[in-house]
Amino acid sequence: MLLTRFMHSDRGGSILLGLLLLAAILVPLLNLAVPESSPLHLPTYTVTLMGKYLCYALLALALDLVWGYCGILSLGHGAFFALGGYAMGMHLMRQVGDRGVYGNPELPDFMVFLNWQELPWYWYGFDMFWFAVLMVLLIPGLLAFVFGWFAFRSRVTGVYLSIMTQALTFALMLAFFRNEMGFGGNNGLTDFKDILGFSLQADSTRIGLFLASVIALAGGYLACRFIVNSKFGRVIVAIRDAETRTRFVGYQVERYKLWLFVFSAVLAGIAGALYVPQVGIINPGEFAPLNSIELAIWVAVGGRGTLYGAAAGALLVNYAKTYLTAAMPEVWLFALGALFVLVTILLPKGIIGLLQRRREGSA
Amino acid sequence: MKSLDHLRETMRRDRVFDFMMPRIAFDPDLDTRHGPILYLEDVTVSFDGFKALNGLTLYIDDGELRCIIGANGAGKTTMMDVITGKTRPDSGSVYFGQRIDLLRRSETDIAQGGIGRKFQKPTVFESHSVYENLELAMASNKDVWPTLFARLSGAERDRIDEVLQTIGLGAESRRPAGLLSHGQKQWLEIGMLLMQNPRVLLVDEPVAGMTGQEAERTAELLTSLAGEHSVVVVEHDMEFVRSIARKVTVLHEGSVLAEGSMTEVQSDTRVIEVYLGE
Repeated sequence: MLLTRFMHSDRGGSILLGLLLLAAILVPLLNLAVPESSPLHLPTYTVTLMGKYLCYALLALALDLVWGYCGILSLGHGAFFALGGYAMGMHLMRQVGDRGVYGNPELPDFMVFLNWQELPWYWYGFDMFWFAVLMVLLIPGLLAFVFGWFAFRSRVTGVYLSIMTQALTFALMLAFFRNEMGFGGNNGLTDFKDILGFSLQADSTRIGLFLASVIALAGGYLACRFIVNSKFGRVIVAIRDAETRTRFVGYQVERYKLWLFVFSAVLAGIAGALYVPQVGIINPGEFAPLNSIELAIWVAVGGRGTLYGAAAGALLVNYAKTYLTAAMPEVWLFALGALFVLVTILLPKGIIGLLQRRREGSA
Repeated sequence: MKSLDHLRETMRRDRVFDFMMPRIAFDPDLDTRHGPILYLEDVTVSFDGFKALNGLTLYIDDGELRCIIGANGAGKTTMMDVITGKTRPDSGSVYFGQRIDLLRRSETDIAQGGIGRKFQKPTVFESHSVYENLELAMASNKDVWPTLFARLSGAERDRIDEVLQTIGLGAESRRPAGLLSHGQKQWLEIGMLLMQNPRVLLVDEPVAGMTGQEAERTAELLTSLAGEHSVVVVEHDMEFVRSIARKVTVLHEGSVLAEGSMTEVQSDTRVIEVYLGE
């Protein structure tokens, strides 16, 4: 009942968590218990698609925490997502073992193909699940720490910071495209077989991953809500509104920004790690600057500075993307651009802002 | 020449190296036995050759209310920037009490150590309520982890309520600070300074844009604070300065032109020259 007290006065968040709970009950039921012939049956393809959306929602949540509450518009959050994804992908590659095309028990297929004789040192340890999980948290966090340490200490803010984060993700993309990096180059990591001994093709594994995504999103939401509701949360909003003032009140603004940024990057990394086993591939395309910009659009559409708005935005825009790219593929990019322009001009607080205004209007 | 000076400074054998010296804590070590709480000596700041401060020497006594006047560009705001660590001077020394060298401290250190500053333009945290503004400004452990788990204690609530009364915003405590009137924002900012429990309050143009009545209340507020705190007020409004000042310092082109009571200063021929033109 700590939870009810905690969520008291957070209506949007309660609705989000309620929906997640509902999905966690209904989706496995409709997928596994309802026979395939029934019209109520939920195909596994849809389950995986929904799991993918949930990962995007967690990523959007991470961006909203730094952008909506602290005014740090990171246009490179896709990089942390992809790094988390790569860490998980490396584990899944090691799990393939000798079932790869070349049947090498030690080396992943692409290394055999490149004529490599032994495993690079940075692939060591990824055969253990716990190590991979640690890296999923550590690598995005460490990159965010180093990047943030330099950027915030030099008091880089606003659009300059956004440009630098774009450069960061672009540089990583170019690096990961290189075969010599040892991450599969252009093709990335794919052809995964199983996770923790469960086949990735099995319906039950898909459901398990879906549930893990639900739990991650719910947990991530609660963690973000806790941060935002704490005094720490009030300090970061103060930094957003009046940075110099906050400094003269006696807060070390750089440290606050840094730790918030690191936490956000770790969340993004978790989202990426859950995303990869569900889509079955991770390649340098995930680092593309465009992905990070699209992410900012999800948050803007949903409504920044609300947390649940960001999650809602990610779900809505991605559903629209799936629908439109299937129905009218050539229209999608125009629709995305138009959406961003319209939201910026007409709905500065996103869809959530619109709903709030209507409610206040009728009340 | 500069590196030679550095070398000489490093090789001085009559004192230990700076990094060996114990770090002096602000609060218990603040030494004001000789009267002044702030010592600015021979401070010079230049921006691209323009000397914003030119050999400024100024002492502020513990508990006094000092007004600083001067034309635009006289160096008033730069002086505050130097004291609060925002601008580093080219030469000169700035001490807080007798032992704390402010030139070696960061802005946040200085702010936490007991020098509060109010800006020219009122800056409050607009999306936070008045109460939250005061809570954020309150003197407490402002590191990241303690702040994440901070809860208001009873004594802290009482302190906030007390300051709310002092600045006369008790009825507005739940309103977002962005909705306050200009004068109320100025008071809130003074309240935020008070929450920091500072020894010295630096107040930059507190009555700019205020109505006569509001200015009167501000004057009352500032005079009531002197004694317990040292208050340094920078102001253009001569009427206001006359109503609160005991001691006035006139700055001109980056250094002190005259100092004394309001009547003394006003009869000073150099001041008249500067203010009324040659």
